[in-house]
Amino acid sequence: MSTVPVPVAEPATAVGRVRKRLTSRTASAISLVIALIWTVPTLGLFISSFRPEADIKTNGWWNFFTDPKVTLDNYQDVLFGTSGSSGRLATYFINSLVITIPSVLFPVAFCALAAYALAWTKFKGRDWIYVAIFALQIVPIQMALVPLLQFFNIFALEDEGSFVQIWFAHTCFAIPLGVFLLHNFMSELPGDIIEAARVDGASHARIFRQVVLPLIVPALASFAIFQFLWVWNDLLVALVFVPGADSTPLTVRLAELAGTRGNDWQRLTSGAFVSIIIPLIVFLSLQRYFVRGLLAGSVKG
Amino acid sequence: MLDMAVEGPKLLMLLYGVIGFFAIVGLLLLALDKVSGRRDRWVALGFLTPALLLVTIGLVIPAIRTFIFSFMDADSSDFVGLDNYAWIFTQPETRKVLGNTALWVVLVPTVATTVGLVYAVVVDRAKFEGLAKSLIFMPMAISFVGAGIIWKFVYAYRDPEVADKQIGLLSQVVVWLGMKPANWLLEPPWNTLFLIVVLVWIQAGFAMVILSAAIKAIPAEITEAARIDGVTPWQMFWRVTVPSIRPALVVVVVTISIASLKLFDIVRTMTGGRFDTNVLAHEMYVQAFDSYDDGRGSALAVFLFLLVTPIVFYQVRQFRKRRQEAM
Repeated sequence: MSTVPVPVAEPATAVGRVRKRLTSRTASAISLVIALIWTVPTLGLFISSFRPEADIKTNGWWNFFTDPKVTLDNYQDVLFGTSGSSGRLATYFINSLVITIPSVLFPVAFCALAAYALAWTKFKGRDWIYVAIFALQIVPIQMALVPLLQFFNIFALEDEGSFVQIWFAHTCFAIPLGVFLLHNFMSELPGDIIEAARVDGASHARIFRQVVLPLIVPALASFAIFQFLWVWNDLLVALVFVPGADSTPLTVRLAELAGTRGNDWQRLTSGAFVSIIIPLIVFLSLQRYFVRGLLAGSVKG
Repeated sequence: MLDMAVEGPKLLMLLYGVIGFFAIVGLLLLALDKVSGRRDRWVALGFLTPALLLVTIGLVIPAIRTFIFSFMDADSSDFVGLDNYAWIFTQPETRKVLGNTALWVVLVPTVATTVGLVYAVVVDRAKFEGLAKSLIFMPMAISFVGAGIIWKFVYAYRDPEVADKQIGLLSQVVVWLGMKPANWLLEPPWNTLFLIVVLVWIQAGFAMVILSAAIKAIPAEITEAARIDGVTPWQMFWRVTVPSIRPALVVVVVTISIASLKLFDIVRTMTGGRFDTNVLAHEMYVQAFDSYDDGRGSALAVFLFLLVTPIVFYQVRQFRKRRQEAM
């Protein structure tokens, strides 16, 4: 593929212009095809979730355009239905919230503190600690699951207490990436500001609060969005660390429905949408921060 | 409607969690204020303690223990040497798992990166570029479970003998093309490819965003000079664009490879690892948490770790090189 004909200067002739138009047309066609493949499946799910059960199960969602029938029954059933098979997703939605919010707050704070120390204090071995935390990013969480679960069993947390387990687990797993991302931003702050504050006799704690924190709000936002999406969408950590069936997040419940009730498309489509909607809103409204975080994490890193 | 007797305690727990957060962070900052010593070392220790403590308890110690467990039997009571590792490489089922994982790691990064790169190039400076990019990028916000259900619906199959209409888009497209649909997720080896499509669908947006930023960072003089030399778009792509964004390409391929290696959710949601679609990370979960065989589960985890280790070394080296350049 990489062999290219020897470049010949393109003559500015009619042939050249036609070829140019053709390439731009191919380009448009390619982008259109990709855009379609990337949106149509989600669109199909969205449309289906509003179709009556009988329709979903007997004909394809594209028939909606010729025979539009809309109902909210699927959502009513999957969110609040009381039968065993209905999903009761409203309660799992709350579980997801209870799991996610502290699992975002704690890592953001602890990583910001650590990143500050690694960027703006001077002590022996600083770079080594940074490299060690950085390298931990690549330890698969699979390496931690079994022993960490045994560790939690020492405390025998029950019922609502078990939420502490998953907060703790998510916080631990987030630290390597978080320290890395925030350190990237923090080490690029202008050094003279911090030096000046030091000369004025400000303590590191004060500099952190009053000088650095306001400046890194965008970075905190991008890491918080990352962590939010990661925790809200996580399946593995929740499967391992949430013991009771009543405390599991949406993802676990949906995966279960997909496994046991794989043909209940009226529930699966609306259920999937319930789980997608919050991250989608967060993502679309804060996309700028998210992209900035991605770029910092992978290109500059 | 919601039963508050059930939801109440959970919301209270959330409240405790948030209060706990403010209490811990507040106390920590207060304590740090008191450490007024001029020596940075002690202040730094205070700043670093929570993070270091958590990674030690949550990652370092467990990783070491997992490593030890991998040489022990199912309930970690006796040492069994390398038996668990021998099991990974000798059983037909686990070999299948390794083969599937290899397929994921080869196909997902190449296809997702290619699609992301092509799309980034064709929409670059096009009308509606922002919107066009958002469309491809959106799956990044969707959970793997959600994406699994979306695509399971695309692959839905109804036996034409029994039902006259298909409800899955893929089956219907095949019917429109005048062919017979199949039960896509049931028949190996193709079913693994259909699962791979889902991860490509999620990761292409990531590739596109990173590569698009890299393309925009190519100095205008270079592209101008090439244009004056009269290169075709094709030559521009291979001779100018690709070489200029090489570092970003490497990052994208590496990141997506790691994600493919650790893939769990899609297989769990769409097939549960049945029908010959199992992969390494899913088998690890099955061994450790369904079969309660900590030995085999740990051995699989360690193997996963060994597969990503070369990438750690590579990245750390890059990091140190950059540090040296900066100094």
